[in-house]
Amino acid sequence: MARVLFENVTKEFGSVKAVNDVSLEIQDGELLCLLGPSGCGKTTTLRLIAGLETATSGRIHIGDTDVTRFSPKDRDVGMVFQDYALYPHMNLADNIAYPLKVRKVREAARMERAKEVADHLRIGHLMERLPGQISGGQQQRTSVARAVVHEPRVFLFDEPLSNLDAKLRLESRGFIKHLQQEMGVTAVYVTHDQAEAMALADRIAVMQDGVIVQIGSPLEIYRNPQTSFVANFLGSPPMNLFDAEVRNGSFVGSSFELDAKGVKEHSALNDGDSVTLGIRPEHVRVSPKPMKNSIASELYAFEALGPESILSFRIDEQLLVARAFGDDPPEIEMGQTAYLSFEPRHLHLFNEHGSRVNAD
Amino acid sequence: MDDLTKRGNHILSVRAGVALLVPAFVFIGLFLFFPFIWVFLISFTNRTLLGAAAQDPEFVGLGNYLRLFDFSRWMRSGEFGHSLYLTVIFVIGSLIGQVTLGLAIAFAFNRRRGKLREIIYTLVTLAWILPETAIGFTWTAFLDGRRGTLNAILGAFGIEGVEWLLEFPLLSITVFNIWRGTAFSMLLFSAALGNIRPSYLETADVAGAGPWQRFRDIMFPLISPQFVTALVLVTLWTFNVFTPFLLTGGGPAFGSDIIAIHTYRVAFQFFEFGRGSAIAVIVMTINLILAASYLFGLKRKEVAT
Amino acid sequence: MNLPKYVLARIGFYVFVVIVATAFALPLLWLLLAPFGRQATLAVRIPSEPTLANFVSVFRNAFAMRALFVNSIIQAVGAMLLITAVATLTAYSLSRIRLPGRDMFVYMLILFSSVVTGSAAMVPIFLLIFELGLIDSHTGVILVFTGGLLPVAIFIMRDFMQSLPKSYEESALVNGASTLQMLRHVVLPLTRPGMMVIGIWAFVNVWGSFLIPFILLRSPDRMPAATATYSFYTEAGTPVITLVSAYALLYILPVLALYLFVNWRYGFQFFGGIKS
Repeated sequence: MARVLFENVTKEFGSVKAVNDVSLEIQDGELLCLLGPSGCGKTTTLRLIAGLETATSGRIHIGDTDVTRFSPKDRDVGMVFQDYALYPHMNLADNIAYPLKVRKVREAARMERAKEVADHLRIGHLMERLPGQISGGQQQRTSVARAVVHEPRVFLFDEPLSNLDAKLRLESRGFIKHLQQEMGVTAVYVTHDQAEAMALADRIAVMQDGVIVQIGSPLEIYRNPQTSFVANFLGSPPMNLFDAEVRNGSFVGSSFELDAKGVKEHSALNDGDSVTLGIRPEHVRVSPKPMKNSIASELYAFEALGPESILSFRIDEQLLVARAFGDDPPEIEMGQTAYLSFEPRHLHLFNEHGSRVNAD
Repeated sequence: MDDLTKRGNHILSVRAGVALLVPAFVFIGLFLFFPFIWVFLISFTNRTLLGAAAQDPEFVGLGNYLRLFDFSRWMRSGEFGHSLYLTVIFVIGSLIGQVTLGLAIAFAFNRRRGKLREIIYTLVTLAWILPETAIGFTWTAFLDGRRGTLNAILGAFGIEGVEWLLEFPLLSITVFNIWRGTAFSMLLFSAALGNIRPSYLETADVAGAGPWQRFRDIMFPLISPQFVTALVLVTLWTFNVFTPFLLTGGGPAFGSDIIAIHTYRVAFQFFEFGRGSAIAVIVMTINLILAASYLFGLKRKEVAT
Repeated sequence: MNLPKYVLARIGFYVFVVIVATAFALPLLWLLLAPFGRQATLAVRIPSEPTLANFVSVFRNAFAMRALFVNSIIQAVGAMLLITAVATLTAYSLSRIRLPGRDMFVYMLILFSSVVTGSAAMVPIFLLIFELGLIDSHTGVILVFTGGLLPVAIFIMRDFMQSLPKSYEESALVNGASTLQMLRHVVLPLTRPGMMVIGIWAFVNVWGSFLIPFILLRSPDRMPAATATYSFYTEAGTPVITLVSAYALLYILPVLALYLFVNWRYGFQFFGGIKS
């Protein structure tokens, strides 16, 4: 068990900086999710910890050891690969015991340990099977078992749930969270699925173009996204973002005008500034009757999901999505005009570079 | 790229990787690249196997080439031009036969399984992979004028047989070569046809296309890459094939003196390595054009997808 | 009488199948039947009194036996082992190191090997082996086959290796294996099927090839079955046709057996790549 420390780590592939001057401390026993779209550098960051890539510059520490130049085998980490990488020619017992075998643990002892871990993960009855003969969920557990069998100092997960179907994914998510907490091991978990990151992480690091754009607890990031990219990446459906201009104390968009006076961040803006307005779907109030300071729009689509409903409205070429909770959605017919309004404190403002605008 | 090539990745260091390539480089350099270069050099000499010209061959410039392209005599039987002419007929006949028959078999058995397909595919494939000497031997027996199977069958229909290998040597080796090589086209096309998604054909059926329209408009365009592959590779292989030697030895009276047999005769029966090399250079030039057009076509397709 | 279209199509199909089957079966059938006949025959005929006498005579012929059971096996197995080993090392390296231009390298190899084929290269190959003093030796034949078949073997093997996810090796390393342990425990077992394919392919090619041993070997006691069969049926007259056919049948048996094995194991598709 150990913390992981990145000091100004850069990894270049040719002229591309996959990871660009990243500094990061992962606390002992913490589960950190690296979240971002494909190509953002999250997997490279993970592979730098595993030693499957070597940093072009900067230092990486595990515990108190500088492991920057260590080969993978000397780093004492356990890793679950996206495709599980279970050796097809070894049965489950040999697969799980493999890290012990190369550490010269005696046959009897390693089989006993493998069985113990497998039993704990409820795959103990499959030890004689080959990986090709078990289900996807069981393969996933086997690869987790192999990663933990030698009690490594750090767990690494590279999108371990992406090959599972939706139902199994939820189940495995809970199981990984439970196991990590039970063992109290530092873990780094790479995913592009924001819901997975929200559910699992103690902290999330959102990456974009090789850089960590924001790091914090899931709720912190959800409530205070520091850029429009982060705002849009977390949450499903994502935050509504609309371009507007500040004019005479109002936000003027292509087909709407909202009073800006109640919005406290407004003080940091000048007339003529371009802004992006962000509002989460759950913060959109939908009313069939005309309201003050609202946007009028026709209902474009309606989805009843049970515990909540999703309503989409068309504003020029964009859709504004509202989310209504409870199984009693607002009574609006298709094509009928509705009036959409928001409380000023729920409005997120981003400047023309996409950075959050804070009150003075 | 500097950083990558210097450091490599952790599975295999670049130094270890390059070390693994050394044996292949040695073999290919010695037995593929070197002969390629050397044959050019020999083709400008009068080298022979034995005698003075073997120890110390003389430089003869383009002499060997001029001899090959001496238009006053090159179309005489047994000469280079004549051999080239026979080869062209042999290649075109084999190409049309193999590709058509291969496509027909693949098409007839498309989406069929069972014993019948199993039997046909086994027979055609065996014709392709069994050792050429054994096949050459059974075909000499099969085509034998007096007691061969072919004439026995024709006899049963009241047709009088002939000495096929003596009277129609070029036709005989062409038919033999079609028999020998159809498997390649068959396997290639049946894989290609098998990969066509059923929904494409069902869409055509629903749209009201007949079997011929379905083949022309849907199936053929989808297998056209394989069609080009078959055309080029069959041409290349047939152009270089030596197997007919086992049936006719190039005869009678140079009647089946295709280019590979011609080269062999010049180099190993007359031991004129200089002239044999000149022929080899011309053959390799033709091969190069065929292979390059195929490979660059293939590469372009890969880039496109 | 107006037959429905599909009946005509059906009849057409069976006529086609019968013609193809007959055309392809007859020459092969003769090879299967003639060795069991008492009299020399060139036409397909089921022997009235099957006999194994021809095989007995063949087994008594020292030259024939040596060609088949010693020379052919030395040459085919030797080339097979060498090709498989070199192609595996090369393909592994090509699929795992990041070397600029390695794809071009493989394409150029294939290009070369199809240009410098046996018939175009026979003159320089012969002279090269002659200069090396390897004329009329097993080594010469094995080396020439290895050089000629290697490019395609590398190509097939590289395809196979590239289809193996690198995560197998990476997980071995993360699990604590050294490079040698990774190769022994993970790479080698996973590569075995590919090596088997290449091995069979190389064996069948060398076993059946005529031209290379024909120009490189002179003395009868080094000739493989390929050239021995040829000298039997061109130099001997019809009386020994039955003996030669018995010998040819023995000669094709390994290929037949490998065909059946591969067909059972991998299906017909395998042969798409079996000949270069």
